[in-house]
Amino acid sequence: MRADDRSRLEEAAREIRALTLDAIGFLGVGHVGGALSVVELLAVLYHQVMRVDPADPRWEGRDRLVLSKGHAGPALYAALATRGFFPREWLHTLNKGGTRLPSHCDRNRTPGVDMTTGSLGQGLSAAVGIALANRLDGRSNMVYAVLGDGESDEGQVWEAAMAASQFRLSRLVAFTDCNKLQIDGPTAEVMDLGDLGAKWAAFGWYAQRVDGHDVAAIAEAVGRAAAEGASSGRPSMIVLDTVKGKGASFCEGQASSHNMNLDYETAKKAIAELGFGGRI
Amino acid sequence: MAAKEMRAVYAAALAELAASDPRIVLLEADLMRASGTASFKERYPERLFDLGVAEANMVGVAAGLAAEGKIPFAASFGCFASRRVFDQFFVSCAYARLGVKLVGTDPGVTAAYNGGTHMPFEDLGLMREVPGLDIVEPSDPLSLAALIRELAARPGPAYLRLHRKAVEPLYAEGESFEVGKAKLLREGGDLCIVALGALMVRNSLRAAELLAAEGIAASVIDALSLKPLDAALVLAEARRSGAVLSAENHQVAGGLGSALAELLAETGAARLARVGVRDEFGEVGTQEYLVERFGLRAEDIAQAARRLLAAKVKENA
Repeated sequence: MRADDRSRLEEAAREIRALTLDAIGFLGVGHVGGALSVVELLAVLYHQVMRVDPADPRWEGRDRLVLSKGHAGPALYAALATRGFFPREWLHTLNKGGTRLPSHCDRNRTPGVDMTTGSLGQGLSAAVGIALANRLDGRSNMVYAVLGDGESDEGQVWEAAMAASQFRLSRLVAFTDCNKLQIDGPTAEVMDLGDLGAKWAAFGWYAQRVDGHDVAAIAEAVGRAAAEGASSGRPSMIVLDTVKGKGASFCEGQASSHNMNLDYETAKKAIAELGFGGRI
Repeated sequence: MAAKEMRAVYAAALAELAASDPRIVLLEADLMRASGTASFKERYPERLFDLGVAEANMVGVAAGLAAEGKIPFAASFGCFASRRVFDQFFVSCAYARLGVKLVGTDPGVTAAYNGGTHMPFEDLGLMREVPGLDIVEPSDPLSLAALIRELAARPGPAYLRLHRKAVEPLYAEGESFEVGKAKLLREGGDLCIVALGALMVRNSLRAAELLAAEGIAASVIDALSLKPLDAALVLAEARRSGAVLSAENHQVAGGLGSALAELLAETGAARLARVGVRDEFGEVGTQEYLVERFGLRAEDIAQAARRLLAAKVKENA
């Protein structure tokens, strides 16, 4: 990756992280940890990889994204706002009655959200259906799905894994946000996932593992995934090594950050630590 | 007209629709042969997806197809198409406002030799709790084909309770059907039997014959739609006689009996009695054995009608 692309994406990630903290802090409570661990991924997808049109969110030729770990919605909303899908002012309406930005993703409320998610384990199945429909219609777009590692306890994830491989969904690229923490503690202690990459490979996927906070590593892995799909027809899994609550010193690496109270002063302090002078 | 296998009608109606509408797609979970859709697969191999023994994923995949504008019909045995996939259908399809048509086959006692594990007496009760869902149970080949076309034309999600086996026609060519509309099959001023599904509509018609021999005139409504319920027709009949009897191949709690109890309690239009399964699990046996075991025979319906009329007479005395 060129140095200027890297710094542009790192800057996008810094902004998405700050806007996510600002939105949850303004509200006072939210899924801070798992939102902050997918920030670099969303920066790479929305500011480099995905073909989307903010002026026409349902453009047929667009690349799709299913955020299966729907509780990371606030990070997705921040990414969509930075990409111009809706005004940044909307971010302060998070979870307010009648909002277009609910805690968990809703395809009927938010421009740019492709699938309703929130009941864990269901998003990859929807992504499989989207990819099948796109192929039937002769489109060449990509379909992305983002799963949590805790979410991968759900059996439906592995049903969908088999189906994607069976149907040779070469334009499906999924990510696991492997932040190693679930609500009740470390995944290794609650429900050990073992070698996730080996599991996905055993299900017939092309599996990679990269640093989920390194924008260049993510972008390069996506490039390899697309190439692999084109040559072998296999769907791709990119396991992202991440840190829950990444970039917010008050909660980084803590399981309790899954859904936590966050007063606005603490959020502003964290935003300042990101170099935004307490305001964004 | 001769009896027709309802599953053959299901597959043929969808194949006919698919010929003119590229949005029609089918999903199966390793029960393509049971659902009768192998013929569809031969004709449209790219448009039937067999997901293997993985119903939850099937419903999620159907949601994704619907999100892209397809009209998916996803089928399994009714026990799996309701209990096993309830949250997937609730969230990924209905809450997401995606028009997935979920098809639950082998309703109630028609599961026969598959026994209690496979015998859905509660699928309608579960599905009635899904906001905005269309729920239909066609009673013959013509109503099935027509309601499939209706469901495909409506944007929302639906649950189709599908009797798979062969049944004689009840309706003549040219009859029209709509989601939310019932049919008055027989007139009578003493009570109204409201029945749902191929088995219970026929048993109710036979019960009306038994009652007629005793001088009791029962009208019979084929409900066809459980949700929306045809309240206008039911209330008109209820007010005529003041006595309504529900008949369903399902638990009386949650299904048609509950829907009628709610309607009649809120309007005070009539006294109600209910024929159906009373808080029991299914079990194995021939359909004939099970119909008797759970009190779903024409004789059981007639007996419930007599009791209902006796209670009404006592009330008025």
